[in-house]
Amino acid sequence: MTLHDTAPTPLRAPVTLTMAAALNAAIQDAMRDDPTVVLFGEDVGPLGGVFRVTDGLYAEFGESRVSDSPLAESGIVGTAIGMAMYGLRPVVEMQFDAFSYPAFEQIVSHVAKMRNRTRGRVQLPLVIRIPYAGDIGGVEHHSDSSEAYWTATPGLTVVSPSNPADAYSMLREAITSDDPVIFLEPKSRYWAKAELSLPVRTAPMNTAAVLREGTDVTLIAYGPTVKTALATAELAVAEGLSIEVIDLRSLSPFDDETVGASVRKTSRAAVLHEAAQFGGYGAEVAARLTERNFFHLAAPILRITGFDIPYPSPKLEEYFLPTPDRILAALGTWEWN
Amino acid sequence: MNAERAEHARGLLHQMLRVRRFEEKCVELYSAAKIRGFMHVYIGEEAVAAGVLATLEPEDAVVATYREHGHALLRGVPAGAILAEMYGFEQGCCRGRGGSMHLFDAATRFFGGNAIVAGGLPLAIGLALADKMAGRSRVTACFFGEGAVAEGAFHESLNLAALWRLPVLFCCENNLYAMGTALARSESQTDIALKAAAYEIPAWPVDGMDVLAVEEAARRAGAAVRGGAGPHFLELRTYRFRAHSMYDPERYREKAEVAQWLERDPIDLLRATLEAAGDLPEPTWAEVQASVDAEVQAAVAFAEAGTLEPVEELTRHVYTDRDDTDRDDTERNRPKRMPT
Repeated sequence: MTLHDTAPTPLRAPVTLTMAAALNAAIQDAMRDDPTVVLFGEDVGPLGGVFRVTDGLYAEFGESRVSDSPLAESGIVGTAIGMAMYGLRPVVEMQFDAFSYPAFEQIVSHVAKMRNRTRGRVQLPLVIRIPYAGDIGGVEHHSDSSEAYWTATPGLTVVSPSNPADAYSMLREAITSDDPVIFLEPKSRYWAKAELSLPVRTAPMNTAAVLREGTDVTLIAYGPTVKTALATAELAVAEGLSIEVIDLRSLSPFDDETVGASVRKTSRAAVLHEAAQFGGYGAEVAARLTERNFFHLAAPILRITGFDIPYPSPKLEEYFLPTPDRILAALGTWEWN
Repeated sequence: MNAERAEHARGLLHQMLRVRRFEEKCVELYSAAKIRGFMHVYIGEEAVAAGVLATLEPEDAVVATYREHGHALLRGVPAGAILAEMYGFEQGCCRGRGGSMHLFDAATRFFGGNAIVAGGLPLAIGLALADKMAGRSRVTACFFGEGAVAEGAFHESLNLAALWRLPVLFCCENNLYAMGTALARSESQTDIALKAAAYEIPAWPVDGMDVLAVEEAARRAGAAVRGGAGPHFLELRTYRFRAHSMYDPERYREKAEVAQWLERDPIDLLRATLEAAGDLPEPTWAEVQASVDAEVQAAVAFAEAGTLEPVEELTRHVYTDRDDTDRDDTERNRPKRMPT
């Protein structure tokens, strides 16, 4: 059973929420609805997390369900595995993208493989929340886009919301999922606001969404680059270019149906991400779409991404990240007969 | 105090004040958005770096944490190069790419701040092993916080250091809080020296607010390490007066607790000791302050005059054998300033 099979709770009065507050509300509602949901991680308790996503939850649910962990990422994830095996639904936080690497072994070798290893006898209904990506004036270790490490690992579901409504709905669904979910939260969007009536329910988290329709080019984005894609589409109008914007929402699995239909319609596509290009997630998107839609394409699928370097310092960040100008310039390199 | 000892103590006071004034300026510059990114100040903990670093030789090595402005400064990295680094300018000690948390300077054998908690420990083991293999009598001083004690890398490193009798001086800066989590809420055994003892590493707790006590302990432990007695471990009990970072509302500790520790300000303590002994006449103290203020002012002027690394160089220095190393050679993926 997924969240989408259940009848929605009556909607509450609309409130303006940031993405961080929407995520907070999602965890709070999930914990109120299901006593097996537990939360732990570094400073998620009284402090409420670095980005305040868990603010107030310690006060409401107490030490037994919301706890601070020592700085031990491998231990945090490993503990979540054991708890999930016994029927709890742990939601754990890796404080920053690069802080998840000490837990890499537990995630890749155990979280991802347990169900397969036991031929379905053991499920791991756990969520690993990871604030990721840059554009917040951070530096290396605090601005990484590590999605390709996770999407390259069979057994993991990898999703990333780009707006407050999806943040709420997708996190609720991730917590309800019986399989482990890597939940990537774009840091630069934590303060994005929207008016929401909770418990808002958007499309299922394994589907992509067409956020803006267009006829000439499909821009494929997720997480932090969705905003960039929408801004690019707006700028392109003046150049007489009609851009369709797709928010992938789910990186793994990949919604072939929605994205494929768009690419077949426009015949041109570009993938955006902050992560480095070489061996990045965009390579998989381009290859997959090309394999399935080659004879519908008018031009090679482009990847417009961060450069192949470690994340730069704050003052160089704007030259590293894909910007509308850089995206439009890249689209201009196609032959447009 | 005899004259020589008084002179030495005044030197330590000067060093602590350099760190204090430098970082107070950093906070000011951060508020003015001259410095961006994440920044963590050491204010309150100066006696630890000042005491330990006073005992090291130039050929020794230092490995530190993300709260390392003071360690870099006292190790001899010029204040201007540190501040320019924090500004993100190419005149910085890492050409602006390291920032506040990743100061690095091979010339002074300052092998880095490190934004990953416990990230520096295994690296220190490697430096020490290389020294031992080459038969060099050097010390690697490895600083880390008490929060690092919970990480696996801490335990792996202590075991390796003890197993191979490596010349490492472990300096645990126990300021009682891993960001917002109190020691007692994160460790089953809060006596950190006992953890080192479990690995057969000699370990002592030290009053980290008393720079003379820190120096004495570091000198003894360091001499043993240098003499081939294997790793030694100091638990330096200290306190950070300011927030964890520039974004910390400090909900995890009481104001009264902070006030209590402020009474043990390491600079005030040493100053009072010297004054009580008649070893710090007012003009001398004024001179110390003036010299520190001048150094900080010069550092600000140096940083202010700095320049950003050219955008076209964004993809350089990633690999050795390819100076410009972007793995995509198409024109659309070259870094450049876009026409506006």
